[in-house]
Amino acid sequence: MGPRLKLFLPLFLFALLALVLFRGLFLDPSEMPSALIDRPLPAFNLPALGGGQQLSRDDVTGQVALLNVWATWCVSCRVEHPYLRELADAGIPIYGLNYKDSDVAARDWLDELGDPYRLNIADREGTLGLDLGVYGAPETYLLDARGVVRYRHVGVVNEEIWREVLQPLYLELEQGAITQ
Amino acid sequence: MLASQALAVIETYDFSSPDLEVRYQQLSEELRCPKCQNQNIADSNAPIAQDLRKLLHQQLEAGASNEEILDYMVARYGEFVRYRPRFGGTTVFLWLAPVLLLMAAAGVLAATLRSRSSAVGGGGSELTEQEQAHLKSLLDKTERDS
Repeated sequence: MGPRLKLFLPLFLFALLALVLFRGLFLDPSEMPSALIDRPLPAFNLPALGGGQQLSRDDVTGQVALLNVWATWCVSCRVEHPYLRELADAGIPIYGLNYKDSDVAARDWLDELGDPYRLNIADREGTLGLDLGVYGAPETYLLDARGVVRYRHVGVVNEEIWREVLQPLYLELEQGAITQ
Repeated sequence: MLASQALAVIETYDFSSPDLEVRYQQLSEELRCPKCQNQNIADSNAPIAQDLRKLLHQQLEAGASNEEILDYMVARYGEFVRYRPRFGGTTVFLWLAPVLLLMAAAGVLAATLRSRSSAVGGGGSELTEQEQAHLKSLLDKTERDS
């Protein structure tokens, strides 16, 4: 390196640091990949919301689906609810994980706001939530046809998230499930 | 001890042995709250931190080793949940970066010092024979002119 070029070294280093920090401005540190990505949904044996039936892993697998973690105490869940209904109306299979909630409150919620879920797992103690690594509702997991967790979205699912993040993955998985 | 515990957590747990209580303190300070990312679970009031403390208490009482408990947490929440992540995989850079940066800084310092001492020490001030002759002729010329 010539002596003249050496003089620019601090400038290069500064530019590099500035670039890294600038990128950091647009990263969301709360967006963490789930530890369960590419691993099967943990086994469970929990009651269905509102019914005496016991649910297990097999009840929510077999097709590409969304598993939505929600609760009536979760404010953002109310925000996301209408969009989940739209997705359900469009034929997307959505399973609910009613997380640390009361059955009565949850059923009232579904009666009042509509029910987008094929089934609802009543996880009153949050045990399945713990096995899934849930740290706050709402969270939405994308499961493939074999029940493997492919993606987790933390926060509200809205049209933008669906179109840009979840739908492409969903369609890709569906395509894979058909060709298999 | 009691005072710090009362400050750190809301709920209190009874332990069957003082040893377990010490380990509870250590682990709850080492485990990071997944929701409130810059707090450990001992300091956080987030519901998930409460759940993890409860779980930690249960596992300690059930006789789990520190290693088993940390593995259990990492399997669910990822390496993120530990303030001292395991060495390997994606955390290699995290662990090695300070050492590498220090070595790079030491290298730059050594190079700077060497070039500075050689500049001062006169190594570069030796003139070739040709230059000496040229210098002499210049000096002679100045002397003649004055």
